[in-house]
Order: sequence, then structure tokens, then C-alpha cells
Amino acid sequence: MKLTNLMTSAAMAFGLATAALADDPTKVGFVYVGPVGDGGWTYEHDQGRKAVVAEFGDKVETVYVENVAEGPDAERVITQMALQGADLIFTTSFGYMDPTINVAAKFPDVRFEHATGYKQADNVATYSARFYEGRAVQGTIAGNMTKSNIVGYIGSYPIPEVIRGINSAYIHAKKVNPDVEFKIVWAFTWFDPAKEADAAKVLIEQGADVILQHTDSTAPQAAAQAAGNVITFGQASDMAEYGPLPRVSSIIDDWAPYYIARTKAVMDGTWTSGNTWDGIGAGMVGIGEISDAVPADVKEAALAMKAALADGSYHAFTGPINKQDGSAWLADGEVADDGTLAGMNFFVEGIEGDIPQ
Amino acid sequence: MIRLEKRPQPSRAWSLATPVVAVLATMIAGGMLFGILGKDPVEAIRTIFWEPLFGEFAFYYRPQLLVKGAPLVLIAIGLSLGFKAGIWNIGAEGQYIIGALVGAGIGLAFYPLEAWYVFPLMVIGGAFGGWLWAMIPAYLKTRFGTNEILVSLMLVYVAEQFLASMSLGLMRNPEGHGFPGSRNFNSYEGASSWINENAGMHWGVVAALIAVIFAYVLLNRHMVGYHIRLTGEAPRAAKFAGVNPARLILFCLGTSGMLAGLAGLFEVAGPSGQVSIDFNVGYGFTAIIVAFLGRLHPVGILLAGGLMALTYIGGDIAQSNLQLPSAAIQVFQGMLLFFLLAFDLLTNFRISLGKPEVA
Amino acid sequence: MDLSAINPVLLIASLMVAATPLLFAAIGELVVEKSGVLNLGVEGMMIIGAVAGFATAVETGSPLLGFVAAAGAGAALSVLFAILTQYAQANQVASGLSLTLFGLGLSALMGQSYVGIKPPQMQKLDIPVLSDLPVIGPILFGHDPMLYVAIAVIAAVWAVIKFSRIGLVLRAVGENHDAAHALGYKVVRIRIMAILFGGACAGLGGAYISLIRVPQWTEGMTAGIGWIALALVVFASWKPWRVLLGAYLFGGVTVVQLNLQAAGVAIPVEYLAMSPYLITILVLVILSADKSSAPAALGRNFHAAR
Repeated sequence: MKLTNLMTSAAMAFGLATAALADDPTKVGFVYVGPVGDGGWTYEHDQGRKAVVAEFGDKVETVYVENVAEGPDAERVITQMALQGADLIFTTSFGYMDPTINVAAKFPDVRFEHATGYKQADNVATYSARFYEGRAVQGTIAGNMTKSNIVGYIGSYPIPEVIRGINSAYIHAKKVNPDVEFKIVWAFTWFDPAKEADAAKVLIEQGADVILQHTDSTAPQAAAQAAGNVITFGQASDMAEYGPLPRVSSIIDDWAPYYIARTKAVMDGTWTSGNTWDGIGAGMVGIGEISDAVPADVKEAALAMKAALADGSYHAFTGPINKQDGSAWLADGEVADDGTLAGMNFFVEGIEGDIPQ
Repeated sequence: MIRLEKRPQPSRAWSLATPVVAVLATMIAGGMLFGILGKDPVEAIRTIFWEPLFGEFAFYYRPQLLVKGAPLVLIAIGLSLGFKAGIWNIGAEGQYIIGALVGAGIGLAFYPLEAWYVFPLMVIGGAFGGWLWAMIPAYLKTRFGTNEILVSLMLVYVAEQFLASMSLGLMRNPEGHGFPGSRNFNSYEGASSWINENAGMHWGVVAALIAVIFAYVLLNRHMVGYHIRLTGEAPRAAKFAGVNPARLILFCLGTSGMLAGLAGLFEVAGPSGQVSIDFNVGYGFTAIIVAFLGRLHPVGILLAGGLMALTYIGGDIAQSNLQLPSAAIQVFQGMLLFFLLAFDLLTNFRISLGKPEVA
Repeated sequence: MDLSAINPVLLIASLMVAATPLLFAAIGELVVEKSGVLNLGVEGMMIIGAVAGFATAVETGSPLLGFVAAAGAGAALSVLFAILTQYAQANQVASGLSLTLFGLGLSALMGQSYVGIKPPQMQKLDIPVLSDLPVIGPILFGHDPMLYVAIAVIAAVWAVIKFSRIGLVLRAVGENHDAAHALGYKVVRIRIMAILFGGACAGLGGAYISLIRVPQWTEGMTAGIGWIALALVVFASWKPWRVLLGAYLFGGVTVVQLNLQAAGVAIPVEYLAMSPYLITILVLVILSADKSSAPAALGRNFHAAR
């Protein structure tokens, strides 16, 4: 054991010494939960990585490992990266939370950025995007464009992030269309084209002519295209190849600005831990080009909403809003606080169905 | 013309040499595969096999071999008992999950009590859970003659749904901000299965070693072991010798289920840390490969488990250092089993060159 | 809860689409098992077919060529299994499993540059009058061609096994390979042909998933359907038309549980998702009584002693 500690410190010293040399490139590691070719979540993180490489050129060296299962495998991969001299490591899935904290404790001079988590440390920062702002824009378009008044929603897992998205989309769809109804199917996966295609088909068969998804593949777009008169929205990436119909817009995860900023902070020595939760305004949430299939007035309303969210003049969760059981949540004009939003585990009034327990 | 002639007795020399030859063949074929992918074959093979053991950071990787290999060996030992008798438990993954759920459930029920009996109870719970889940295909086979391969496999999917249900519902961490997943056992001292995290030592490793010894003794010294081997090699003779097939099925499936459940419990209370929606990573299926790689022999399984763990960990390093795609490692592991099975024929058959005799 | 939202006609139409990959894989495996070989590598062959079919369709622009390539790829992979079990006398269970693993890994490797790409679409059947009939139209006449091919294959297999000499020889080899060998039939050759056929069919089933049902390529996209196909063969007591029934039943349960979810039925999602597998087990148990119809030499290796 003592030998192990000694050797660990030796390795760390080695790593530190290397990092201390000013003209050595900053080494940034990325741990991905899926394949970079998924066209969704991991793909966008990798785009962020590429942006860092493009921005800093020779001054930075990036390395990534994909398809890392959450759990002990993740801990090993993160440790590996740290041992091999990474200065900054991005762990891009919620399930990497405990492994990140554990490894961070052993490598106090390496900095970690954990996506969508809630545990921080001196050398661990967390970051996430206010996707619900994008959902507000989607809800606006959906509510306006649906003819059957049924909107299908493919949920992944019943976690706060997904519930926030459903709530936000519903609130804004209902604002423009009081008769709208949401049908939710839980796929219990982030990425499984077969399941997503099935879920989309089922929703379409039950009358939905708008499909929203919190899963990452393009399968629902393909199903919508086959059905004919159904509109969809790209998720995590633009999915532009399915535009102008069925894909009328999308939410794009744009991690590049954040990744570049944080890498720069490490290079300058100004990096500190914290929690970043940015939305449209900061550029973390991109709204994909609204296609021509959308009527001009709807497009205008959506863009107006986007602008209002971007400059902060409007918050997606502004009262009066009640919870699903009828109890009051937000008073008229009151804005939801980040804490409640972060742990959101209730539907708002009007949504039918329970959250799976 | 090359002909295969059955040997009067399986060749001992080849039986020991086959795994080695298979590994060498895999290294060569794998190297060629990596070459096609544009990576330096020698470097890739070196990274996979040499790095974790003797490389720069081996002090970290070697204990990881124990962590990765322990559940594989534990499950594979259980599976080998059944496989030797022709009883195919393909659902070890499901038994692993259920064992983990039952054991973890007990631990969570006791939280935050720190008492000496919490962990032992969890272990018993894990064993029981796995055993119970394996009893379903066992009972169905003995009572109705239902194929245990298919039932145990279907139950894997059912178990995965239970896991999802538990991590979202009953076992969800109340202090977890609404996220799925149970409390982390690493912060619950009395319930953790770690002995020494830096050395990669946890109770699962101990259990795996005990299982190897237990299986060796059982197979070579005990009547049940004799019955198992007999049923596998000469089913008719076994019947005449008075082996009760139903009891054997119950025993083999039950034991393999129990060991798989234990592996699940040790994993969730240690390296994995929490019951989360997808904490199962396919050990139940990989263990099948380990069992065959180890020629269904306890010591062989121990070595095979180590080898498999090596390819996993080496594969991770290769991914990180050489950007080798993770799928290449999967192909590599598949090739290993394939070559082993192919070369295995040399144990039982002799190649002879010459003209075929007129029948 | 709004059960009226479920449209029975569309439900049945979807069910048929969901069942087709199973149909292909299961009928292929049925032929293999009839010859006395247990090939657990169905999952591997399906996914190789899925990736080969997808890649070919994208490169050539023709889904039909994709299906042809898929059948070829599935058969090619099954050659490995044939070599292992027929020549190397390896254990059939282990060989099948190694094939699955190898197939999964190889397909992931081959498919790396094809993730996220849209494949060319296959035209659905659109017979002028028949396809527009109110109920029967979408169910019977509105599908893509491969769905009908699957049913045709089942009919062909049934006819060949029941009425032709080849079918008789196949069954003989599966029931008692020593006797068949004594009668002069080339056991190994027949088994290899059966294995190739099974591989080709499994490949077609996999390609159906990646080209029509989803349609997209992702690694591991078959998600265990090969195992369900194996269960189906047992379920069907090795009778071809029962394979059709079983596949529709399983496809039906899968589609119905999603429909129930969307309609807001109060059963927890996880239990609905479990239902296809539980029902399969139940059916397996019930039909275990009919086990006498399994080919007697199933799973046993044949080696002509001299």
C-alpha cells in the first residue's frame, strides 16, 4: 500500500512537472458515454472538443474515449486520463458523477468538469444547459402547428431534466393552444433507434401529429417522414437532413463556447470550480433553423420567444402555474428558482399520466 | 488429404496447449485486424497485453485486473458446473442483477445503522436473490421440461426491467435530487465490500478465490462433482449409475445462480457503488466466454478470467492511447473464443495426412 | 386513460412489421434445427446482415441489393459456425455464442462510418384499389415487399419440408444422423446447407430492422431479437406456420404495450416492458409438453466413425 501511495505521488509529480513546463500543450480529456457517431449527445460533445482543437491548435492536446460504461469502468478510464497527464477532463454523462468525484479526490491538481451533475469539489465543476428554454420554443411551434391537438413526447428516463422539458413544452404549447394534449411514452433509453421508432409510430397511430423527443436518434424523424403529415424537432443535434419536413426546428447542444472558455481558464490559471447552467443567451442551447414548413406568423412567435429567453426578459417557468395535483406552485409573475427546477419531479397541471416510479 | 481421426483418449498435451495456441492465434489475427484499421499491430497488441501488467502505470492497472476479473471468475465457476453437465445457464446476467438488488435492498433498509451484521446479511441476501432467480428455469425444466437456455435468457430482460423499476422507485436515493439510482455504498462503511481499494481488493475477489477452490474440490473429490462430469460425458451411463437428473439440474442452476448473485452484490457494494439503471455491464455473458476459455476447469477459469480482464483493461488503454475503436476489442474477444473452440479439436482428434480409405 | 385512442387497424399493421424480422430469423433457425444443429449465433448473424444490408443499400442506393448483401453476409458468418461445428467438432452452444459475440463486434466495427446516415427507402406496396380498402387495405396490402417475402419463405419451407424429398432427407438427418449416414445421405453437407440457409434468413431479418423497421444503423441494434427468434422456434414446436403465429404474438405484445403506455394506462411502464418476455416464458412452459417434436439429434455432433 505504501508503495502504491509513493508511486501514485511519483506519477502525479511527473504529471505536474510536465504540466508546469509552460510550452507544453494543455492536455484535455473527454469521456463519452456513447459513440461519437450517434448524431446526438456524444456527437455534439465531440464537436465541442473539435472546436477546442480548432481554437487553440498546438497549444492544446485532446484525447477521448467513447462508449465508456458508467460505474467502475468509468472510474478507470478517468483515472487513466489523469495518470497520463491530463490537465482538464470533461465527463459527459450524469452517471459519471461518483467516479469523477472519486478520481478528483486522488488527483487534486487535475481539473474536472462533470456534465449534468450536482456534486462539486474544489477541482470539480459541474455544467449543464437550460434545455427547457429550447423546449419552450418547441412548445410554441408545436401548439400552433398541431391540427389534431395531440402532441407525442418520447421521454427517455423520468429524471428532472426530462420532466423539466416536458413541463416547459406543455406550458408553452398550451399558451398558444388551450386544447392541446400531450401523450408521453417512456423509452427508458437515451439512444435506441428501434425503440424510438416504435414509440414514434405508436404515438402517431394514436393521433399525434407533432413528435417531441428527449432521446437522441433520428429514428422518430424517419417514422414521422414515413407517416407523412407529422412534424418533429431535432434533438441534441440539428438533424437537418430531415428538414424542411418533418423536422421543423431543433435544439442543438452547443458546448463549444463553454469548452473553449474553460480550457482557456486552465491555460490562464483562472479556473475555479462552480456550477454553470447556461441557456440560449450564453449560446449553450442553440435553436436550429426554423424551416419553411412553419407558417410565417408561427415562426415569428417562436423567434420572439427565443429572443426573450436569450436576453433574460422572459423565463420559461413564469407563473401562474399549478402542479399536476392542482396545488399552487408559482404565483402570477413569479419565476421558478433554480433549486426547484434542478430537482423537478412533478408534472404541471394539465398533463395527464404519472411519472414512472 | 487432411483427415480427422478421433484419438482413443483426449491428448493431455494438447489440452494444455490449446489455450496458449488460441491466444497466440488471436494476437496474430487481432494484430492484422488492427493493421487494417490503420493502427500499428505490434503497438496495439503490446498495449493490450503488456501495458496493464508491466507498463508505466501498471501499479494502478494490476489491482484493476482483480476488480474486473473477480466477478467474471465467480460467475464463470458457477456456470462451469452446469455446463459440464450439459445444463446451460445463459441467464447469469439476470441472476447477477437480482442478487445485487436483494443484497443492496437489505443494506439500504439498514441504513444508516453501522453494525457488524449488516454486510453478512447483504451477502446472504445476494446469494439468495441469485439462487431464487435461477430456481425459476430450474423448476420449469425439472417439472415441465422447458428449455433452460431460453427461460433463463428471457429472465435477464425481466430482471433488467426490475432494476430500472427499483432504481427509479423503491431504492431511489431520497437525497439524490430526484435523480435515479440508490445511495452510494462507498459512503456507507458497514455495507461496503471494499477491503483495500488501492490494491483492488474487495470481498468479491476473496469469494472468487474461494469459489475456485470449492469448485476444484467439488469436481474432483465429491460425489456431486463426479455426477456432474459423468452426466456431461456419458448421459446414458449416468442414468444407469443412478444419477438423479432433476436434483442435478436444481443443484447446478442453483449454485450458478447463487454465485452470480454474489458477484452482483459484491460489485454493487464496491466498485459500482450504487444500484443504477444500467449498472449491469454484461458480466453474465462474458463469464460464459471465460468458462469456455478456462475449459470448464476451475484453475483454467481463474487464468481465463485474468486474461479476459487483461483484454478489457488493455482495450481501454488502447482506446485512450491509440484511438482504437471499442468494437475492435469486442471482435478480439470473439476471435479468442472462436480460435479456442477451433483448436480444441486437436485435443480430441488427430490430423492425419493421406489418402482416404475406401469405405 | 383513453383506450379508444388505440386504432386496431394500425395496430395490426404495425404488429406485422414488428414481427417480420423475427419471422425471417426464426424460419431460418427452424430449418437449421430440423437438420439437428442448434445455432445460438442467430443474434450475430442478424446484426451482420443488418450492417451489411445497410452499408450496401447506402452505397448502391438500392435497398433490394442491400437485402441480397445481407443474406450473403449472414450466410458468410454462418460458414464460420459450420466449420466449427461440422469440421472442428466444437460444442454447438459455445460455437453459437462465440459467433454472436464476434458478429456483434464485427458489425460495430464495420458500421462505424454509417452511424446516423439515412438509408434509401423501400417503396411500399400501393395497389390501386386493394390498398385503399378500409380495414383490409393497410393490413394486407399496404406493406413493403419484404414483409410478403417473409410469409412466402414460411410457405416455401413448409411445403418443402412436408412434400419434397429434400425435406424428408433434412428431417431424417435431424432425427437420427447415424441412420441417415448409413443410408448414404451426406449428413455434413446437408447440415451445412441448412446452416447457410439459416444464416441467410437471419441476415435478411437483420437487414429488415436496419432498412425498414427503424430505419437506421446503430451498433447492437438487434437488441436481443435473435434470442427471441430462438425461443420462437421452440414455441412453434418446429412447425413453420406456428412460427408465423408466434412471431405475430410476440410482435403484437411489444406493440400493444407501447400503445397502452401512450394511451395512459395505469400499469407501470417497466411491467409493461417486461410483458413480452414473461409471456414468452409462459408459452414455452405450456408448450413444453409438446417437446416430443424436437428433432431427436438436435445439438449432438456428428462424426462419421471409420
